[in-house]
Amino acid sequence: MSVLVGNDTRLIVQGITGTEGSFHGSQIQEYGTNLVGGVTPGKGGQEALGVPVFNSVADAKAETDCNTSVIFVPPAFAAGAVIEAVEAGLDLVICITEGIPAADMVKVNHVIKDFPTRLVGPNCPGVISPGKAKVGIMPGFIHEPGTVGVVSRSGTLTYEAVHQLVTAGLGQSTSVGIGGDPIIGTTFIDMLSLFAEDDETEGIVMIGEIGGTAEEEAAQWVIDNNLKKPVVAFIAGQTAPPGRRMGHAGAIIAGGKGTAAEKVSALEAAGITVVSSPADIGKAMAETLKI
Amino acid sequence: MKIHEYQAKELFRNYHVSVPEGYPAFSVDEALDAYDRLNVETAVVKAQIHAGGRGKGGGVKLAHSRDDVKTLSEEILGMNLVTHQTGPEGKEVQRLLIESGVDIARECYAGIVLDRAERQFVFMVSTEGGVEIEKVAEETPDKIIKEWIDPNIGLNEDQARNLAVSLDMTGDQINSAIEIFMAIWKVFIEHDCSLVEINPLVVTVDDKVMALDAKMNFDSNGLFRHKELLDYKDESEEDPAELEASQYHLSYIKLDGNVGCMVNGAGLAMGTMDIIKLYGGDPANFLDVGGVANAETVANGFKIILSDPNVKSILINIFGGIVRCDRVAQGVIDAMETVDVNIPVVVRLEGTNAKQAAELLENSPLEFLVATSLSDAAEKAVSAATGGVS
Repeated sequence: MSVLVGNDTRLIVQGITGTEGSFHGSQIQEYGTNLVGGVTPGKGGQEALGVPVFNSVADAKAETDCNTSVIFVPPAFAAGAVIEAVEAGLDLVICITEGIPAADMVKVNHVIKDFPTRLVGPNCPGVISPGKAKVGIMPGFIHEPGTVGVVSRSGTLTYEAVHQLVTAGLGQSTSVGIGGDPIIGTTFIDMLSLFAEDDETEGIVMIGEIGGTAEEEAAQWVIDNNLKKPVVAFIAGQTAPPGRRMGHAGAIIAGGKGTAAEKVSALEAAGITVVSSPADIGKAMAETLKI
Repeated sequence: MKIHEYQAKELFRNYHVSVPEGYPAFSVDEALDAYDRLNVETAVVKAQIHAGGRGKGGGVKLAHSRDDVKTLSEEILGMNLVTHQTGPEGKEVQRLLIESGVDIARECYAGIVLDRAERQFVFMVSTEGGVEIEKVAEETPDKIIKEWIDPNIGLNEDQARNLAVSLDMTGDQINSAIEIFMAIWKVFIEHDCSLVEINPLVVTVDDKVMALDAKMNFDSNGLFRHKELLDYKDESEEDPAELEASQYHLSYIKLDGNVGCMVNGAGLAMGTMDIIKLYGGDPANFLDVGGVANAETVANGFKIILSDPNVKSILINIFGGIVRCDRVAQGVIDAMETVDVNIPVVVRLEGTNAKQAAELLENSPLEFLVATSLSDAAEKAVSAATGGVS
């Protein structure tokens, strides 16, 4: 079993007729993901990437029985697109869009908590279960099916980790980029909990970065839930200066909080193997799993 | 985006938040004009820079006469103000705010920020005003009172009243504080702020509640719907190289080391800085070239990195996904032909078409140090920066 996406995924692309949506939509399709439709308001009835385009997610759901959406809608309209997908009753919404105002995400979070829908992102590369389905912008070919679950706040650093895992002979059950914004849908804790219950996942790679307290909360969760599967972690930004936003909106040490040192010590206290070099992620996971 | 205190107070005035009368001044003459307009005896001369702790650093002084205003303005304008937020290099003061003095009975704190863990905005107040609020939060967290704000309703009057009461306000002070709290919430949400802070929020001897200071930061993701705020931007507050990078749509932050780096993706860029440090070097910058690493972005990246004279080597670390490494390699080669790069360049390209990329680099007449892994790249770049043989 993989988590979040797999052979049961019935995907729509919100923003399918835009540049990003059509490019990545075709890549997603080429990977073998079951793309059943797309949404662009005002373009209902047309066709794109060989699938029907609808005016709304509700229409798409009624016609295609889609259960998952991936969003490539510009920042000004992205929060509305997420809420639309949530209210239409999809199981999983993956928002790739970068640059959504925090106030909009506060509203999205307020709506979503009354629905069973899971949101991944925004500002994330998406989710891939190698060999089964890719719902995101990551390069599919660098992944291999296997037993390591990967969860990360980053994009290309996740690809780096996946590449190292494959080099070390390890495939992935599912790799998830949860996003670099201050407010995100799915958290480290959510993913640790899903990986903990997934029979296929034997080890977990967790890639955090400076800013916020999500890594510390994850460490506490590992202690409280007595997680048995080994976790290897890396925290990016050990050399980042305080008060500066390091690319991602969420990667900032503010008011003395969110430093890499605090995160590393919290993770280590939970028995997690924290590597200090981003080049050691794959090797450490292989050693931990003793292959 | 950050703005100056006098600009934040201008926004406050538009929302009827009570602030002392005051005028900005860019010269000593303007400071004297401002003092004359105020028509008071005691005024405050306040340095306007985008950093807190100005009082402690000597950038805020009381003037009791016109002569005082002249002396203090001459002293503060052009001074290099060092505070705990500017870093040791400090910031040159180019603007002043000349404000009426206020008879203060006591100082409190009020602020609104995003609470990431609760995924809501939080309104915080404390009776411990006028000091560093981070210290209060650290040492006496129970002295910070919080109200989380429902995004559908906004700050409601009951919450504002609770906050006022928790500041030991009494009588007329309570209604005055409620009005201010409701108004600053409105300022906050209607401008996509990421921070509004009043420290100190004062109670005057005649029972008025007033914002003596004002700090306001904006969510850069929200600026597209507040174009008018761009007029408040003070480019002299920014690092010139960072400013230039932003015009090229590159995310660049200058640091103190000597190994320049050019990376795609923010996480990998931070990771690259970290590994440079682990190999005994010091990163000169954070630079995320984003998803498109072509000849133009790479050339712009070179220009920005080379504008820092401390840089002794450059590490290019690109993980090609959708972007093909051979195209990136060609981009690096083309960029090297347009920009004069006279320090060692270490290139590490991994991912799509990495092999073809390595061949392109090896066969180029230009001199590259081609790295085979992330650690190899860091080792080579650090060694090159320190003049070692790699």
